[in-house]
Amino acid sequence: MLGIYRRLIGARIRSQLQYRLSFWLNLIGTALLTFLDFAAILVLFHQVDALGGWTVAEVGVLYGISCVAFALADMIFGHLDQLPEMIRMGDFDQVLVRPLGSLLQVISADFALRRLGKLIQGSIVLAVALAHADVAWTVGRAAMLVVAILAACVIFAGIWIALSTIVFWLVDSHEAVNAFTYGGNFLTQYPVNIFGSWLRRLVIYLIPLAFTAYFPALYVLDKADPLGFPRALQFLSPVVAAATCLAGWALWRNAVRRYRSVGS
Amino acid sequence: MIELDGVEKTFSVRIKRGRLRRERREVRAVDGISFRVEPGELVGYVGPNGAGKSTTVKMLTGILVPSGGRISVAGLDPSRRRIQLARRIGVVFGQRVQLWWDLPLRDSFELLRHIYRVPYDRWRANLDRFSEVLELEPFLATPVRQLSLGQRMRGELTAAMLHDPEILFLDEPTIGLDVVAKVRVREFLADVNRERGVTVLLTTHDLADIERLCSRLLIIDHGRVIYDGTIERLIERYGEERTLVVDLEEPAPPLELDGARVVRIEGPRQWLRFRRDEVTAARLTAAVAERAPLVDLTVEEPDIEDVVRRIYAEGAVTKR
Repeated sequence: MLGIYRRLIGARIRSQLQYRLSFWLNLIGTALLTFLDFAAILVLFHQVDALGGWTVAEVGVLYGISCVAFALADMIFGHLDQLPEMIRMGDFDQVLVRPLGSLLQVISADFALRRLGKLIQGSIVLAVALAHADVAWTVGRAAMLVVAILAACVIFAGIWIALSTIVFWLVDSHEAVNAFTYGGNFLTQYPVNIFGSWLRRLVIYLIPLAFTAYFPALYVLDKADPLGFPRALQFLSPVVAAATCLAGWALWRNAVRRYRSVGS
Repeated sequence: MIELDGVEKTFSVRIKRGRLRRERREVRAVDGISFRVEPGELVGYVGPNGAGKSTTVKMLTGILVPSGGRISVAGLDPSRRRIQLARRIGVVFGQRVQLWWDLPLRDSFELLRHIYRVPYDRWRANLDRFSEVLELEPFLATPVRQLSLGQRMRGELTAAMLHDPEILFLDEPTIGLDVVAKVRVREFLADVNRERGVTVLLTTHDLADIERLCSRLLIIDHGRVIYDGTIERLIERYGEERTLVVDLEEPAPPLELDGARVVRIEGPRQWLRFRRDEVTAARLTAAVAERAPLVDLTVEEPDIEDVVRRIYAEGAVTKR
């Protein structure tokens, strides 16, 4: 299955690399544009010294984890946002007559190489922030950083898969889903403790965005949780990731059986 | 090979009533269809727009889940065993592209080899054979988006056959093609049916496809099968009306004759439709000659187009 994924994506990448100049411009443009998110945080810190007890370097770590994970998820699963179009044009029919999983085919139908821009930008911010945040490095903390990024990537993916199934009920759900996707990413770039209580509950209990960057970052930075949650939560991201992904997958399977196709 | 038993598909649609009120209504696209197709058959599946043809094909290929009834294709339940079934069937939608839009045709075939896990030798042999029959060689290296419709359809047919499917489903494979391309598609289908024993089910609006190709015809309308049998029997049964075309010496008002009615007049030429069980062509000719001087005449047998048009119009409910 991975083999065929590599082949499908390879074909996409080859066709994108045919336009080299356009590729580089896109890459640099995306890196610069997405950096604006972090620029907004820097502007904020120009006025205040700390945000809910977090220094600028600490927020940078939070942002970096979230951004790198999001960019990875976006590269692999980002094509899900084309699902409404595929369904409207009837292209999803083709997906269902091939002997491969439907989700695999949707995500491998394209590969936006330009999204590498966001990955590069996030990695730079993360590296610089980690250098300034004087982290007391241990093997555990280093491992946590890697695990956190992977888990966050899976959580984002699970949430997108779940959200994208809305299209099987509502054909024009594109914008609604986008608002959630990008809005969700935005939320994870800030410390959860600065949010109002309802938003806090939402990202901890319902849509588990707090587990993408907030809890793991607390561990890496060896910070006391301003919200006073048990330390155990800081290790829970992989479990939450698995659960989110399973939920997304179950919803997807169910939704595909409701697929109505279009007249032809 | 293909078995349908009381298959239904209903869609619920919302209809706008007033500014905010929406009404839900159930639409039956397929309303209790049953038939069997034996291995090696080549079956034409026809019906007017909206009759439920495409919906049936989509249920047979596992794209849509039926609302009721039972389907078995190659011994599998299509919607539950979608992936297993996909390896054993080939599907061509005339109005869709299943090749990769910006890849050369050859690369699309290469990807399909991996997707269907076709052994290399088998794949190579198939590709060589189909390139020869369909003359693909000149545009194998061309990206699909630059192909003409006819070239693309030849590519689609090859793509659907590379993994040696047992059954081939085609939804309007000749739509939009010119006459030459149509003939090529038909020859290809007849060929894979005869030489490889592939069972073929195709929907079409072009009845010439059916006449040239299909041993059996299924007509559906309003989601129900209204005819199932050979083309000869269809014409025999519903085509009892023949047409006598007479050329008179000069234009005349419509002839009034027992057992025949004028359906068309063009100058001195008149078309008289009559039923073979009511009057013979000889008697009718004699009657015409009595009324006006006759120059020439021909008797036209009903063609399948006429018959099917009439069946659609009458919505004939007589089954079998």
